[in-house]
Amino acid sequence: MGALAEPLVAVKWVKACRVEDIPRLGARVLKSARGDIAVFRNAEDEVFALADKCPHKGGPLSQGIVHGRKVACPMHNWNIQLEDGCAVAPDKGCARRYPVKVEAGEVFLQIWA
Amino acid sequence: MKKMKLVMVGNGMAGVRTLEELLKLAPDLYDITVFGAEPHANYNRILLSPVLAGEMTLADIMLNDVDWYRDKGIRLHLGKKVVKIDRGARKIIASDGTEAEYDRALLATGSNPFILPVPGADLEGVLSYRDIADTNAMIDAAAKYKHAVVIGGGLLGLEAANGLKARGMNVTVVHLMDWLMERQLDRTAADMLQHSLEAKGLQFLLKTETSEIVGGADGRVKAVRFKDGSELAADLVVMAVGIRPNTELAESAGLYCKRGIVVNDTMQTYDPKIYAVGECVAHRGVAYGLVAPLFEMGKVCANHLAHFGIGRYQGSVLSTKLKVTGIDLFSAGDFIGGDQTEDIVLHDAVGGVYKKLVICDDRIVGGIMVGDTADGSWYLQLLRDRQDIHDIRDHLMFGQSHLGNSGHQGRSNAAAMSDEMEVCGCNGVCKGAIVRAIKEQGLFSLDEVRKHTKASSSCGSCTGLVEQILASTVGGAYQPAESKAKPVCGCTDHSHEDVRRMIREHKLLSIPEVMKFMEWRTPNGCASCRPALNYYLISTWPHQAADDPQSRFINERAHANIQKDGSYSVVPRMWGGSTSAAELRRIADVVDKYKIPTVKLTGGQRVDLLGVKKQDLPAVWRDLGMPSGHAYAKALRTVKTCVGSEWCRFGVQDSTNMGIALEKDLWRMYAPHKVKLAVSGCPRNCAEATIKDVGVIGVDSGWEICVAGNGGIKAEVAQFLCKVSTAAEVLEYAGAFLQLYREEARYLDRTVHYVARAGLDYIKRRVVDDGDNRKALYARLQYALSGEKDPWQERAAGAAKHEFELLEV
Repeated sequence: MGALAEPLVAVKWVKACRVEDIPRLGARVLKSARGDIAVFRNAEDEVFALADKCPHKGGPLSQGIVHGRKVACPMHNWNIQLEDGCAVAPDKGCARRYPVKVEAGEVFLQIWA
Repeated sequence: MKKMKLVMVGNGMAGVRTLEELLKLAPDLYDITVFGAEPHANYNRILLSPVLAGEMTLADIMLNDVDWYRDKGIRLHLGKKVVKIDRGARKIIASDGTEAEYDRALLATGSNPFILPVPGADLEGVLSYRDIADTNAMIDAAAKYKHAVVIGGGLLGLEAANGLKARGMNVTVVHLMDWLMERQLDRTAADMLQHSLEAKGLQFLLKTETSEIVGGADGRVKAVRFKDGSELAADLVVMAVGIRPNTELAESAGLYCKRGIVVNDTMQTYDPKIYAVGECVAHRGVAYGLVAPLFEMGKVCANHLAHFGIGRYQGSVLSTKLKVTGIDLFSAGDFIGGDQTEDIVLHDAVGGVYKKLVICDDRIVGGIMVGDTADGSWYLQLLRDRQDIHDIRDHLMFGQSHLGNSGHQGRSNAAAMSDEMEVCGCNGVCKGAIVRAIKEQGLFSLDEVRKHTKASSSCGSCTGLVEQILASTVGGAYQPAESKAKPVCGCTDHSHEDVRRMIREHKLLSIPEVMKFMEWRTPNGCASCRPALNYYLISTWPHQAADDPQSRFINERAHANIQKDGSYSVVPRMWGGSTSAAELRRIADVVDKYKIPTVKLTGGQRVDLLGVKKQDLPAVWRDLGMPSGHAYAKALRTVKTCVGSEWCRFGVQDSTNMGIALEKDLWRMYAPHKVKLAVSGCPRNCAEATIKDVGVIGVDSGWEICVAGNGGIKAEVAQFLCKVSTAAEVLEYAGAFLQLYREEARYLDRTVHYVARAGLDYIKRRVVDDGDNRKALYARLQYALSGEKDPWQERAAGAAKHEFELLEV
């Protein structure tokens, strides 16, 4: 499959907010055509973006407690890894991950247009 | 940096558990080599009995296969018996000449079965019961032969006998003592056990001493001869008369041994470079033969090997569970008692239930249970915590009052449940699923079972059942954690009590400070410890420690209750459950304006607006113009009232105004968990005050106050605290009790849990008898609440905007 599996659409970086708009160890919700996206900031000011839907029962991850590089879903306390959106074992499942870059304090997300 | 070399001798459960703990703490510190005399990787020795009985297979009981060692980078030498430790050259040498150098060595050589020194003990067909080879030999013999004699009526002997019987053999247990399992049971319990085993077809010869094992012409055992000259035919003899710590290697290396390899509290032998754990060890003069203490040793040893050095092994209280299907038996501590002790006994010979608790100075020191072991872990916990049982003595025998528990069909006996029956009503987990997970994943602790199956991870009311299933599946390997020493979460080894004390004594004022001071293992904790720390900080140092919203659960951050679809519910405060036309009109207008789909009355006499969008919350609060009802918080929720003397023809006190006064006095009070009050105007108690954290009931001459009631998962009737005459006294006593709870309970303890642990006598001493202390407590509560603002009106005015506003592309 390789390259053919990817949509044949140009990559687009979308500006979401400034890093300081997101509380440290917290998240903001970005409304997008692809649904709600949770944009997280951890204690080291790393920024991550995941679909705002827990792989378990669809709980809004943006509302969870952020710790280390994980977020605990507010619904049933599944821990989701922020880098890849996957549940910490023994739980299974992944939330969609969106690439993030930070430039001069601005947060950009890559969402397929 | 070059890694240090760690060599482990012995590849059993205690040793490998130590390695697992070590790899969790310091995965890269050591280059590890393991020598195992058996040709197998690490298996669960405790489950040999179910294998023998044909209930499990060898594959079921493997804990770590060879792939595990490879994945962890551990060099594994199987089937190689270590014969020498050269302490000078720091080398371990195996019988085939394999050598390994060490910086640290770990001896986990386990124990050897004790073989009776009688003639014929070396005949073919005479076995001990210790490992996979023995088990396989028994299974083979059962297929070929008919008559088995098991010498030794202890735990192991009975399990062997049961297994052989299940494989169709004709089994007789020969026991030297007056009754079975005399080290775990008293005579009554042992007799009951013997009856149930006889009902399964086993035969017993008690007070019988073996003098010789008689061989046939073929060199195989033919019979067992006893001291009185009688004989019993036997094609298979299993000796299960005890174990001896295997100290041969340690002794040959000149390490001090006395009833085991002698170790200190950090599991080091007399050579500090050599550690020892497991059944081969003598700690403070005691050698342990059950796996739970061995795991505790492993944890301490790993801690020390990883250079953490804070853990100490201080000995264990033992408890026993018999792994014979269909027979429930539990024993712990000093179950016989003596001059200084008292017994509480419940004995129903026909029903097959026997419970005995041995009490000394108002504390449980031991106990036995036959037939109904549901409360075994509760008793053990009380025993280990040395909890004062004076207050609960009259109903102690009837267990942890499962009567009021909901969510698991009122069942309290896991053994009687079939595999399809639901154990955890919150997460829909059946007994079979739990048993399967325990066996397949090799789980040993309640936490592990919760992680894998989710059973008992929500409301927790089925915890007792899950513990029983765990206990009956893994047998003696399971012991409930000592609750006082139980760590806050996986991020630390410190208990809730430790954390509170440190925050108080060292005036720690922020979460990072606590984590640094107490050496948290994670950079910023987890969703379990951070809310607890935040609460401990703000309750210990009000107006000084800063509240951290990011360490609060979403409901307390958003000041509304998150619903399953991600919307929120809004419950405005209605003092004492009273409202007005103006408030109701505003509520109606808000419902229309924000298209709120559901309006409902709560159990606490409030109006609940459900399905509010998060971004609408500040405007909803502004339009309502009512204070926060804190229906989302670990805080004072509601004061429920009946109408009282103002209208009711039976009312003797003005309960509505009393309730309003209490609610105005206590609202905005954060607590370890939610807090609910109720005030009734007469003993008819229409406000149901006797199932509240604080219940106040009007009587003609004043008010009765009761505390620590609960109407939820665990229905519990509140206990009478005291009677007072004035409304001002009600405020002071209720406030003082709640402040004591706020200062001393663990985070997420309801008052019922806190009072159960602290004891009502203690509460009465602090709140009722000691007037100065009561006033001081009440004053501290008022100081904490002074200046606390209404979170809704702050946010309606624009505070914490980022919490509610969405980002748009």
